[in-house]
Amino acid sequence: MSDVLVASQAPGGTDLSVVPGASGARQFWRRLRAQRAALAAAAVVALLVLVALAAPLLTAIEGQDPTTYHPDLIDSARGGVPVGSFGGMSGDHWLGVEPQTGRDLFARLVYGARVSLGVALAATVVQIVIGVVVGVAAALGTRWVDQLLSRFTDIIVALPLMIMSLALLAIVPSGFPRPVLVAGVIGLIAWGNIAKIVRAQTLTLKGLDYVSAARLSGWGTWRIARRELLPGLAAPVITYAAILIPQNITVEAALSFLGVGVKPPTPSWGQMLTAADVWYQAAPQYLLLPAGALFLTVLALTVLGDGVRTALDPRAASRLRVGTGRRRETKVGQSLAAATEGVGGSGGPGGPGGSAGSGGSGGSGVSGGSGRGGVS
Amino acid sequence: MSGFTGFVLRRVVGVLITLLAISVIIYVVFYVTPGNVAQITCGPRCSPAQVQQVADQLRLDDPLYVRYWHFLEGLVAGQDYSTGTAVQHCPAPCLGLSYQSDQQVTQLILTKLPVSLSLVFGSMVIWLILGVGTGVLSAWRRGRLTERVLTGITLVGVATPVFVIGLVLMIVVCGELELLPFPQYVKLTDDPEQWAWNLLLPWLSLALIEAAAFARLTRSSMLETLAEDHIRTFRAYGVGERSVIWRHALRGAFAPVIALNANNVGSAVGGAVLTETLFGLPGIGRELVHAVDVVDLPVVVGMVLVVGFFVVIANALADVLYAVADRRVVLA
Repeated sequence: MSDVLVASQAPGGTDLSVVPGASGARQFWRRLRAQRAALAAAAVVALLVLVALAAPLLTAIEGQDPTTYHPDLIDSARGGVPVGSFGGMSGDHWLGVEPQTGRDLFARLVYGARVSLGVALAATVVQIVIGVVVGVAAALGTRWVDQLLSRFTDIIVALPLMIMSLALLAIVPSGFPRPVLVAGVIGLIAWGNIAKIVRAQTLTLKGLDYVSAARLSGWGTWRIARRELLPGLAAPVITYAAILIPQNITVEAALSFLGVGVKPPTPSWGQMLTAADVWYQAAPQYLLLPAGALFLTVLALTVLGDGVRTALDPRAASRLRVGTGRRRETKVGQSLAAATEGVGGSGGPGGPGGSAGSGGSGGSGVSGGSGRGGVS
Repeated sequence: MSGFTGFVLRRVVGVLITLLAISVIIYVVFYVTPGNVAQITCGPRCSPAQVQQVADQLRLDDPLYVRYWHFLEGLVAGQDYSTGTAVQHCPAPCLGLSYQSDQQVTQLILTKLPVSLSLVFGSMVIWLILGVGTGVLSAWRRGRLTERVLTGITLVGVATPVFVIGLVLMIVVCGELELLPFPQYVKLTDDPEQWAWNLLLPWLSLALIEAAAFARLTRSSMLETLAEDHIRTFRAYGVGERSVIWRHALRGAFAPVIALNANNVGSAVGGAVLTETLFGLPGIGRELVHAVDVVDLPVVVGMVLVVGFFVVIANALADVLYAVADRRVVLA
């Protein structure tokens, strides 16, 4: 009788504070709004997204485009420095022009935002889809499936992201649209950590009463996975996505900086930086603009990611009371915190009260949080 | 201690299996490429006959598993390669010959490795001191001005890509202030002092970025440990705050730091591509960029493998260190 009762309450899982179901989502917004830094970061991110989406409109207002050469604005006698002060800034070219080519910097910068954000977002989606599928399959599958998928995940995690994507991008034929390719390669290499987190969380959820109840009332694995488990996975997945996006932006910029990412004439911030370093004296804004844009974007996304994590992590609240040693979190809370902790960096042994996923996984949890791993 | 020995043995076996699996994946991924390797190797002006000759020489027409088997054989027992006129012997850990220069990949990696190791380990000293110090300090001074300032600085470090920080450092220090000449690699064995001076900026650039990640990790790990019961017990016994922080809490908080360090050192040995490229250090990362440019597959595969090996071994070492440092870890 009581099982039935639990089962009828369980769908949606609203009794768990970590699940952003109906009331969970409201709680999430309340917690996020409470953090001023996160709000400011969210505003910056929103602005950046807007700029990226409106890039054609903005450049139309300016009356320029990112690829037209303006040889008349370049002083070839002085080695290709832009004509005029401040790197050729004027009413026509709001942020000046590129040395040597005379392409409009503002247009390249806003179109670069499209590439940066678009590639990072697409890569993150690929990572999450693969990670969730592999993680859930490992947790719900038979022992052999789990072993196979988990070892495969371990191997994927061991592959250095920068090196692998660098090498892979070089051997793929050049006919492909480059941004799609970059996003795909990043997504295909760096899904290991999210698969681990999802597996650990699924294992914990699987052992909870409401999932057992669903199984006892005869639900199939697929239905349980979709209706009972996926909502519970939302929190760690969102948290990890918030960490992945800035990381992917850095990776894309790095690859383009090395000349294997997004190729000209498509503008990308990383690619602009490659060309800019020799011009730092003659046209400093050529260097400072993409560097600043990159910095601002990653900073805002990181702060927002921290905010999202705090809002979703039930332990964040108890951390504020460090020293009292009060531990109020539920079992789910603990394992989620352990899982997301792995995200933020630690991926430690899960503490003495280690949860199903992290127990005895010193090895698999270890590399859980290389964070910016390999983008050096 | 037999439990511990068994744990180490199991780890070693696990590492070997992982390494083998990695080599299969990497080999397959790179040699099932859509492009015509023989054509690329030979160059655009080659006649079809010449391309076929290259393909024969590289055994490109053999089935993939045969080629992989040869590759493994070379890795374990060495191999003889015919380079047209002469036969070249490639001793035991043979990763093949470069398509471009006929140089042995193992040799190539060995000549580049000292540079990468110099960069990574020198940098590691700085990032550990800076990162762990900052993390402990901001956990200790939680809520005060010190913490806020440190958190801000750390955030800036996390948000700055290494090539931006390196570029700025190089422009300011070498270009504007002219405090140092633009870095140029000097071997440690040739002149230790010049070696250090020339590596100073690369060390700093890499370390500043990594230190930020370590500071964040150490801080959150410290805060967690500080909330644990045994720390409260220490405090109740009247152990001084300084001792609680630096001796007891830091010890408990160190495990994830070891783990992250192992992972980052492992991947940075070959993965400091950006730092090496930016500062023109002739290490593994820069050589890889070059090999990628000219589609020199044996070099690419060899280097990716070596870097993968470093990551796996570093992680396994971290597991063992971990078990030594933290007795709570179950030796599973």
